[in-house]
Amino acid sequence: MLDRVLPPLTGAAMLLALWLVFMVVPTEAQMGVVQRIFYFHVAAAWAAFLCFFAVAAASAAYLWRGSARADRLALAAAEVGVLFCTLVLVTGPIWARPIWGVWWTWDPRLTMTVILWAIYAAYLMLRAFGGPDEAVARYAAVLGLVGTLDIPVIHVSVRLLQGMHPSVLADRGGQSGLADPRMRAALWVSSLAVLLLAGWLVALRARSERLGGEVAALRRLAEAREGGGT
Amino acid sequence: MRAALTILRKDLRIEWRTKESLSSFVVLGVLLLVVFTVAHDPTPAEAPALAPAVLWVTFVFTGILGIQRGFLLEREHDCLAGLLTAPVDPAAIYAGKLAANLILLGVLQAIVVPLIGLLFHVELGAVLPGLVLVLLLGTLGFAALATLFAAVAVRVRAREVMLPLLLLPLLVPVLVGGVKATQGVLAGGLAGAADALGVLVAFDVIFATAGWLLFPYVVRD
Repeated sequence: MLDRVLPPLTGAAMLLALWLVFMVVPTEAQMGVVQRIFYFHVAAAWAAFLCFFAVAAASAAYLWRGSARADRLALAAAEVGVLFCTLVLVTGPIWARPIWGVWWTWDPRLTMTVILWAIYAAYLMLRAFGGPDEAVARYAAVLGLVGTLDIPVIHVSVRLLQGMHPSVLADRGGQSGLADPRMRAALWVSSLAVLLLAGWLVALRARSERLGGEVAALRRLAEAREGGGT
Repeated sequence: MRAALTILRKDLRIEWRTKESLSSFVVLGVLLLVVFTVAHDPTPAEAPALAPAVLWVTFVFTGILGIQRGFLLEREHDCLAGLLTAPVDPAAIYAGKLAANLILLGVLQAIVVPLIGLLFHVELGAVLPGLVLVLLLGTLGFAALATLFAAVAVRVRAREVMLPLLLLPLLVPVLVGGVKATQGVLAGGLAGAADALGVLVAFDVIFATAGWLLFPYVVRD
């Protein structure tokens, strides 16, 4: 069912978002045209966060019930989450270079994002090195849970870095940047579009994982038969 | 509880007889201190400002390798499988391992911290109680996570890379909290370190509990 609904919905929302961001929204007065990347930057950040929470929820479900479906969902959400987190880390500096004058600063939010990326990249490495093993699925679920438990603690701890200097990003989102209602509409639509895309990708990835498992099982069966025949 | 104490005694006895973890711990710790100092080449005036960062980075890297060593020993001759077949709650194994790791890390700190005071011209005597509190809190959080994931890392391929890869990003709060709390304590007392100590306490509570609850899932076969 999801396979039928998600692709056209995602496509329509994405086209609408592109139209809003590039044709409708006025160019931001101070930052100029580069501000338009904001609509996808923020949307990707939300998608990444939701994916990471989905990893935790699916990991908990897997440890509790042992359902293979939850395990595939955790893997799929982690991959898509790392993808969108990478997009956040790429679009951010493109905006920051003309506005801040540097590609990167160790602002708490930036630090937090790069640490999250590292946690879930390590999650994917663990699964890649471990292979399709039931024990590795359990290790990954433990990491998926611990990683999410760590998010609030990391969030508080990075605020200890360099005191509490004003966060440029927070000033921008609330009042000054999005005064125009068209800008708010564009942000909502592009976020919806990116979330739909993320959901679709997770569904596809989980399905390919399931099919991969089935193929491997069939191949083992076929080899066992051949081995028995000769 | 008795099982945890037995495992603690066993680990400490192995360590006492071989002195493998401890000797590699200490030599590596001292070596890292030297490397950091040489790489940064601080003037005597700026050296004290470096001390907290050097202390915690040295501790984290040395600790990761030391704790991994302890689990590799269990792997040889399938000792871990033996432990698990014993009629013992896996959570008790975690508690015993954690306690043993805490003691080893404490010995490491007792050697490395005075050396840092010496090499970086920091007067440690006056701030010792506060510093010990910070070290205890940081060590507990570090060991809680490291003990859990060492059990994971020894059982996958590329385990030498895997443990730091898993642990370093998760340990950021310990690193940041430890450095900031140490700076506060060195600058004048626990009051300046309150926020950072809060982070350390929260980390300890969350991950000691999480480790206790999740360790059985890691070792179950």
